[in-house]
Amino acid sequence: MKRQVRASNLMLHSITRVVTFILLAFSIYLFFAGHNSPGGGFIGGLMTASALLLMYLGFDMKRIKKALPFNFTTMIAVGLLVALFTGVSSMLFGYPFLTQFFDYYDLPVLGNTELSTALPFDLGIYLVVVAIALTIILAIAEDDS
Amino acid sequence: MNNLLVLPFLIPFAVGAILILFSKHIGLQRFLSGLTAMLMLGVAIYLLSVVRTEGVVVLEVGSWSAPFGIVLVADLFAAIMVLMSAIVGLLCLFFAFRTIAPEREKFYFYPFYFFLLTGVNGAFLTGDIFNLFVFFEVMLISSYVLIVMGGTNYQLRESLKYVVMNIFASILFIATMAFTYAVTGTLNMAQLAERVAELEQVGVLNVIAMFYFIVFGMKGALFPLYFWLPRSYYGPPAAVAALFGGLLTKVGIYAIIRTFTLIFPHNQEFTQPILIWVGAITIVIGGLGAVSNFDFKRILSYHIVSQVGYMVIGLGLYTSLAIAAAIYYIVHNIIVKTALFLYAGTAQRITGTTDLKQMGGLLKTHPLLGWMFFITGIAIAGIPPFSGFVSKLSLVVSSFETEQYAVGGIALAVGMLTLFSMIKIFMYVFWGEQKHTKAQGKTKVGDLLLPAIPLVILTTVLGVAAQPILSFFLEASNQLLDPSIYIDSVLKGGGA
Amino acid sequence: MEILMSITVGVLFMVGTYLLLTKSLLRIVLGLILLSHGAHFLLLTMSGLQSGTPPLLNLNSEAYADPLPQALVLTALVISFGMTSFLLVLSYRTYKAFKTDDLEQLRGSADE
Repeated sequence: MKRQVRASNLMLHSITRVVTFILLAFSIYLFFAGHNSPGGGFIGGLMTASALLLMYLGFDMKRIKKALPFNFTTMIAVGLLVALFTGVSSMLFGYPFLTQFFDYYDLPVLGNTELSTALPFDLGIYLVVVAIALTIILAIAEDDS
Repeated sequence: MNNLLVLPFLIPFAVGAILILFSKHIGLQRFLSGLTAMLMLGVAIYLLSVVRTEGVVVLEVGSWSAPFGIVLVADLFAAIMVLMSAIVGLLCLFFAFRTIAPEREKFYFYPFYFFLLTGVNGAFLTGDIFNLFVFFEVMLISSYVLIVMGGTNYQLRESLKYVVMNIFASILFIATMAFTYAVTGTLNMAQLAERVAELEQVGVLNVIAMFYFIVFGMKGALFPLYFWLPRSYYGPPAAVAALFGGLLTKVGIYAIIRTFTLIFPHNQEFTQPILIWVGAITIVIGGLGAVSNFDFKRILSYHIVSQVGYMVIGLGLYTSLAIAAAIYYIVHNIIVKTALFLYAGTAQRITGTTDLKQMGGLLKTHPLLGWMFFITGIAIAGIPPFSGFVSKLSLVVSSFETEQYAVGGIALAVGMLTLFSMIKIFMYVFWGEQKHTKAQGKTKVGDLLLPAIPLVILTTVLGVAAQPILSFFLEASNQLLDPSIYIDSVLKGGGA
Repeated sequence: MEILMSITVGVLFMVGTYLLLTKSLLRIVLGLILLSHGAHFLLLTMSGLQSGTPPLLNLNSEAYADPLPQALVLTALVISFGMTSFLLVLSYRTYKAFKTDDLEQLRGSADE
């Protein structure tokens, strides 16, 4: 059984095109909503991964690989390092590992925003989750000989 | 507050993540990982010296004060274990440089090696039951990958059982934590210890204690739950088997000792006989398994089972000397077992097999290997002046002191079985007719034996310098026997 | 509500244990998944199900919910997610290597 472009799958194609963007936008919302309300790096990451998976389902593998030229294993490593570095950064200032800081800033466009060190940590988690979920599923899917 | 406590698991974690990036560059990976392992050894030695001079060191991660946040705690026992894991980690890594196939090196061998060490060190240092679970899982998932890496059919089949077994144990661990939280309302080990001492629901606490015993016993390969070990340790390459055989079961034993000295010393009439007799049966079963097998690696695996029993007996006797003996036994066993697995790997490199009946006469072609094996073998059997003697002696002495004559007798009798099976290996593998070809006889193994030499030196030192080392371990065991030291430094002195 | 949850946990454990004892590889994996769900429910239920606001002081509420079980469950879930996917891939590979998912045939002899 080979995975080919199924031209008849018009329905899936057209829905994927629309839904993927909604899913991606929602995942970004979830990612930023985390911290004090439901959401965060893990959930946002899973949502992004499911959006990307939908793209893999809707189109064939080669085309998506061209559109998303990421090496997911590298992404895992980068995510881990980002998260770790956030934890370590507090050590550099003499606080215990993983101590988090936050403050309010006036940013252009966004207005008064809370910026915390939990955010880059979450970003690391986000990257790891997206990459791991896709690595697992693609590894199984590619083995389909 | 002391961020030093983070380093033993932060360094391997960070390096593991970095090594993922360089999976195709074997030389760079080796260089980085060798450097890291040495750095970890340095950190571990420094940590031990700090704990020795300053007493229990506590770090409240993320500046959340003690019962609320996660704490990392290093007392003497934990620091000793971290040092052992650093030594074994370094030596097995150098053995792996020479023996692991390049395909495996490219396939993230080193990252998972360091993630494994992350989990092990984290489990030693954490002061929170749930965090212990998390580090256990970090350790386990890396061990799954390492044990299946290479993917021969035998490995696939046996590691499947290993994985299912351990996942089941993890589920049981979660359920046990749920019960713990329901009864005590906390998962911080120090606070748990306080509350368990105050609670009067002895029955429920006994059940929880036994649940923990089962969970950690599965990882530590205690009597009814040891069956996965001999088979799954047979498959992976020697460097991995040595690391697992030396270190992984001891993490389970460490957790048992930690929970039963700190949290559950509440009902000793109930728990101690169970610990002692489970230990005793484990010793006998492991000893018998070792005697009945004719395979280098399998005999060693059954020895692991057997020796785990001695450690649990040491805990069960619950005197200062007995627990010191248990610690001595753990340290001795980590060193000796790693060395033995490295010899097994070396012998396999020479002859291409680990079946005793197909080996023979290695002493003629590889005398150094033979004599190093001889020293380690009699060390594990408990013959002076090596480390096994002191640990077994102090264990037997304390069993007689507490009038557990039967257990002391079993420990001595199985010592004979251990000696017998070691002599069996020596006779079959190193004496007798040469069964390997001349070309095989010329295999150079000096670089493979290099990592084992420090271990031989260590076992000798542990045996010869028994007096100062035993008194040091007594210090550690007194710290374990007085939970208030641990509790006070976490709940009151922490954050200072 | 706690009683209902307890019964759910019991049923999950029961079914999981039953599946774990069968001889088919896939059923064992499914059994482990159900068991882990049961354990997670147990962890969530054991501190009592509460209805309070999130434990943030600026909410000025009378009752706060205990955040710890939720944090624990989330962590445990993530871990079992990873474990399960690893186990699935591993059993799939084993199935392909041995062409069978019958554990009797995967038993293997003691020495080989």
